[in-house]
Amino acid sequence: MGMTVVEKILARAAGLPSVKVGDVVEPAVDLAMSHENAALVINQFQEVFQGTGLEPKVWDPSRIAIIFDHRVPAESPKTATNHKKIRGFVAANSITKFHDVRGDVGGICHQILPEYGYVRPGFVVLGTDSHTTSHGALGAFSFGVGATEMASAWSLGIAVNIEVPATIKVVVKGEFPPMVGPKDLILHLIGKLTAQGANFKVLEFHGETIRKMSTSGRIAICNMSVEAGATSGIVPGDEETVRYLREEAGVTEAIPCVTPDADAAYVQTVEIDVSTLAPQIACPHMVDNVKAIDHVVGTKVQQIVIGSCTNGRLDDLAEAAAILRGKKVAEGTRMLVFPASSKIFAKALDMGYIHDFMKAGAVVMNSGCGPCLGVHEGALGDHEVALSTTNRNFKGRMGNPTGEVYLCSPVVAAASAITGVITDPRKG
Amino acid sequence: MSKVIIKLENDISTDDIYPGRFMATVLPTETPQFAFFDRTEFNAQLKAKAFPAGSIIVGGENFGCGSSREQACSTLKGHEVAVVAKSISRIFLQNSINLGLQVVICPSLEANEGDDLEFTADQVLNKTTGKSFDQVKLPAARKGIMDAGGLIPYTRARLMAKA
Repeated sequence: MGMTVVEKILARAAGLPSVKVGDVVEPAVDLAMSHENAALVINQFQEVFQGTGLEPKVWDPSRIAIIFDHRVPAESPKTATNHKKIRGFVAANSITKFHDVRGDVGGICHQILPEYGYVRPGFVVLGTDSHTTSHGALGAFSFGVGATEMASAWSLGIAVNIEVPATIKVVVKGEFPPMVGPKDLILHLIGKLTAQGANFKVLEFHGETIRKMSTSGRIAICNMSVEAGATSGIVPGDEETVRYLREEAGVTEAIPCVTPDADAAYVQTVEIDVSTLAPQIACPHMVDNVKAIDHVVGTKVQQIVIGSCTNGRLDDLAEAAAILRGKKVAEGTRMLVFPASSKIFAKALDMGYIHDFMKAGAVVMNSGCGPCLGVHEGALGDHEVALSTTNRNFKGRMGNPTGEVYLCSPVVAAASAITGVITDPRKG
Repeated sequence: MSKVIIKLENDISTDDIYPGRFMATVLPTETPQFAFFDRTEFNAQLKAKAFPAGSIIVGGENFGCGSSREQACSTLKGHEVAVVAKSISRIFLQNSINLGLQVVICPSLEANEGDDLEFTADQVLNKTTGKSFDQVKLPAARKGIMDAGGLIPYTRARLMAKA
């Protein structure tokens, strides 16, 4: 029996000829990513070494990435002090993949990792963030862990006692209709699988639609794979992966890709034809509460949000700017735009998108996670409704337990900003 | 034997257990005050130490879905409660094992607020209704971590063995 792509990655990383579902392995960690919660990882890491007589040094500083994104610039003295503590640790341990609060190299961790070529096909990537599934877009087995598990990885350089997960094969065919794209695909899939349909499993993406999809789109679908409970989403590395890493991330060394065997075993196969797909909306308060847009058209929204690790890339901003250009954000609605990284912000500035947004009345914010999880700017007022290109709509997610969050693609968000109600961009 | 102190619906997210706006707080000694913060009454009861150690939170399907924030486990552990749910989201389950928060998966569980439950090795006994329900065993791969008393002592032992 052949192996899925994740089985191949785990076999390689664990130094085994082959693995199968349910095997317990201890893969070497190729990249270990944290954001502000590195403050907690540091505490746990230091506790591991307590009483051992050993010096608390990370196993390999070149394999650790730390990116400040959740609350940047710091919203409170507490966060600022956490930032300060992490900077000290970064310096003491010579961690070079560190992205501070900066307008040149800063950004959201799930954008920075691909953008700087830190992730490669076949890597085992751990991140103290559930959306670490994003990096499956580059053919890596990439999953979220808690702070203590990261402290363990920093100490040992391995992920301890990992059970090889089963894989669901997702085959996507057809061409997206106008105003429909990767975000609609992943929302549709989450609705189909449910919020726990892929719990403890991997989503491996295949099909002509995926082959033709840009890395940006692939990041969006892998990013939200966790909303179906998946351990990881993954697009096996291909020509587009190599193109992205060479042309956009500047990688010069060899980029070997890992692909699944033709006779790999899948626990389930899901087929989706996107050629008839309508724009999809995840309605409050669960990401799997997905409806075609016509069920919610006309819903009044007080806040539009475009950005995040899910949909804050240049193509997302370009699509939204094209709709908003020369138009105005509706009275009674406010619009926030937060690009996924400083590099994207600068390019959007060069391309005139930022000007388009500002002229339309949108507030363009620095790169970061803030509004998505209600931790830093962009909180909702009591009983307000947001329409957002982010990835979660749980009760309280945008900082207010009485608020409601609808999730959508960038074009739906842009078209709705002009009208102040959820609007079908195909009819706008 | 312990009492069910709250029965929750399906898909309880980590934003519900520990709202994102308190994520700058990381110390296990400080996180318990924010447990289920937006469920005002329950939060107040927890903070007032209205429930004895070992009291039980009953969840439905997909308990702990969402963010990887470990505060969602440390906040509950701080109140010395246990969680039994029909199913538990992967990262929350793993974090619970790593921190030593007692979690039990019991797909067919029938229990209401006020019921007395007892956990045996492989079942949940509802002493109030007299019914018993099978547990799903926690991932076997994690036994070593549980036996060591959590991932920190487990990692420490591995580190010492390597040194």
